[in-house]
Amino acid sequence: MGEFGNPEVVEESVDILLIGGGMACCGAGFEIMRWVEAARKDGHDLSVKLVDKAAMDRSGAVAQGLSAINTYIGTEQDPADYARMVSNDLMGITRDDLVYDLGRHVDESVHLFEEWGLPIWKTDENGERFDGSRGMTPLKDGGKPVRSGKWQIMINGESYKWIVAEAAKKALGTDRIQERIFIVKLVNDKSDKSRIAGAVGFSTREDKVVVYTAKAILLAAGGCVNIFRPRSVGEGTGRAWYPVWNAGSTYAMAAEAGAELTMMENRFVPTRFKDGYGPVGAWFLLFKSQATNAYGEVYMTRNKEMLDDYPPYGQAAVPSSCLRNHLMLKEMKEGRGPIWMDTVTALANLRETLTPREVKHLEAEAWEDFLDMCVGQCGIWVGENVEPEKKNSELMPTEPYLLGSHSGCCGIWASGPTDLGAPSEESMDGVPDHLPRGWNWGYRSMTTIAGLFTAGDGVGASGHKFSSGSHAEGRIAAKAMVQYCIDNKDWTPELDTPVEVLVAEIYQPVKTYLEFKDYSTAIDINPNYITPKMLQFRLQKIMDEYVAGVATYYTTNAEMMAVAEEKLSMLKEDAAKMRAKDLHELLRAWENYHRILTAEAHMKHIQFREESRYPGFYYRMDKNFVDEENWKCFVNSVYNKESRQWTCFKRAHVDLVDKSTLFK
Amino acid sequence: MPTFVRTEKCDGCKGQDKTACMYICPHDLMKLDKDGSETGHVMKSYNQEPEQCWECYSCVKICPQNAIEARHYADIVPLGGSVQPLRGSDSIMWTIKFRNGTMKRFKFPIRTTPEGSIDPYAGKPEADMSKITGNGFFVEQNGYHAGDPSELVRA
Repeated sequence: MGEFGNPEVVEESVDILLIGGGMACCGAGFEIMRWVEAARKDGHDLSVKLVDKAAMDRSGAVAQGLSAINTYIGTEQDPADYARMVSNDLMGITRDDLVYDLGRHVDESVHLFEEWGLPIWKTDENGERFDGSRGMTPLKDGGKPVRSGKWQIMINGESYKWIVAEAAKKALGTDRIQERIFIVKLVNDKSDKSRIAGAVGFSTREDKVVVYTAKAILLAAGGCVNIFRPRSVGEGTGRAWYPVWNAGSTYAMAAEAGAELTMMENRFVPTRFKDGYGPVGAWFLLFKSQATNAYGEVYMTRNKEMLDDYPPYGQAAVPSSCLRNHLMLKEMKEGRGPIWMDTVTALANLRETLTPREVKHLEAEAWEDFLDMCVGQCGIWVGENVEPEKKNSELMPTEPYLLGSHSGCCGIWASGPTDLGAPSEESMDGVPDHLPRGWNWGYRSMTTIAGLFTAGDGVGASGHKFSSGSHAEGRIAAKAMVQYCIDNKDWTPELDTPVEVLVAEIYQPVKTYLEFKDYSTAIDINPNYITPKMLQFRLQKIMDEYVAGVATYYTTNAEMMAVAEEKLSMLKEDAAKMRAKDLHELLRAWENYHRILTAEAHMKHIQFREESRYPGFYYRMDKNFVDEENWKCFVNSVYNKESRQWTCFKRAHVDLVDKSTLFK
Repeated sequence: MPTFVRTEKCDGCKGQDKTACMYICPHDLMKLDKDGSETGHVMKSYNQEPEQCWECYSCVKICPQNAIEARHYADIVPLGGSVQPLRGSDSIMWTIKFRNGTMKRFKFPIRTTPEGSIDPYAGKPEADMSKITGNGFFVEQNGYHAGDPSELVRA
């Protein structure tokens, strides 16, 4: 047994390691065991392990539940339509191969969710809608979902994650699952640095460090929250829009392993119900509500000519999310706030055509939308006496978030499918020689580090996969990992760093604490260390004030980023002096280390991209335009963990489906 | 809103090594105070980092004693309201109390199958190794869309 400061070290060798327990790894866990069984019959005995820093029943972005599945293609639309929508929402720069592939697979996962017990709303032959407990025809047999938008379907999703996790846990079996293990570093192979060989982390419950060697690793540990100062800085700090436990671990660990990142300049600044960050999708799409300035003017109408500044993206039937923010921000900056969601008018309009029974149902639907996925918003409504049929609610753009599965597309450069016409060459100069040229290099979902795969928020340049798409993407990666292990059956991974060095590094914050804790009488004020919490405040202050946070209305420039760069480099140095007074604080220390690297990548990419690609999400005021001629390309990067420097470069963007039909 | 634990209701999950709320919290916030040295309340759990609480209600829903509630964030929300669930096997009941005393109750389905009943591979085919590099999954249930090939301008 270990003790605090002197952990037990557990070494384990597996073929396939799944890092994370969210939708992507649940998808991978379900899919992979069937292929592992089949491979065994061919004489390949593959071992699998899933590690989650939390409990799978309630881990990842879907932990709380959801009120909708945002990606369901259905029979009316083609995967190419989906690729077009995603491309336009993300200002033209997405990987059509990845998005199209997701679009053709995603409904398979949704059909499984329904079979497992997820209630999905349906409409009957008269168009009346019913919740998912009525036992109506399943989607796979032609049942009609309730579409809240072109791509979204409504669910009773309080237990969405619980259900999906149950299937994954049953498929894997409890022996292959280890919860409360936080993986903090990937380890490359000793004889080939471009290969992955393992991962290390620690238990948040016992004094134990775990060292895994693995041939293939699926890194799917979510996006990144809390690198920018949030709008609420007291207790409300935790009420982030995306889950507060997403610490950028996916991006930071991939970067340190040498994997190529893509579009790390992209961010998502969702416009949400103020302070509680309640979802707006159902209000806009299902209840047909409008958002107005303080004087009742619809800013999307009032400011519509501003969309003409950004051809062609402003001219689509549904303008990009960032441009909708752009039109709203004009109202706020010119003093015509607050911004209102006009729930009163929307519900009054709906009542005109509904029966009393339907009206009662409608009220429940409005509340369920929050109760399923954002109870905190209900907390604000009850505290402020807001009944949506009587009183409107404020909207507000949030602090920025980094993610690759929702309406954002930062992440890791991943190998795509081979049958969609993706480029096999790179037409732009400056890509480091050791990196692949085309968009696929042997194994679907593999990063540019051999054996390291990703899914969900990890896959960059391909947003709008959401919960269902992340699950499907995990399943796609699972197959490829099995194939990779079979093809590398005679290869044995060997860690490039001695285990004792890795252990010492992971437990350094504990050692620092134990060494210096008695130097001062106040545990948190000590010149020899910094608490993870204060380090996080410093990071958030830098990002907020210099890298286009809410403090500057999302504006920055090269000079501000130069200041940020210097401050971030000192912060990165000081991260080595973080203390951990217990295992909980060790968890926070490593989460914040991951946040710093992710934040630095974000800043370096914005610095490199000499334009403002996402007006409404961020503005480089020294390059405040969209430059289609020079910057309609991917910005990618690699990190050198020895020199601690980033190298950014361009990759050519190519359309695999025709986008012009969006703009007629 | 951080969640909080009602002193009189929490039984520390009857002296087990970890409580239900510790098991479930996605952000490692709930902690059992075994000797009372942290809170003054022996063998009861508490929220050790309230300003990191996402208000996901995972602890509230799982607590076998219904000992956990939420007091909405003090830095934002006026006092007096409450939003409290009772999660059953197939549905969840919400009791909502406004600051001004207005009450609402809602009941929503949460799953259509008994908890623990999922048999993930029952009735599903085995994987076909000859298809491992192809598109699609080991099982198909009318959800795969091959797509209109004429849409692909370079293939």
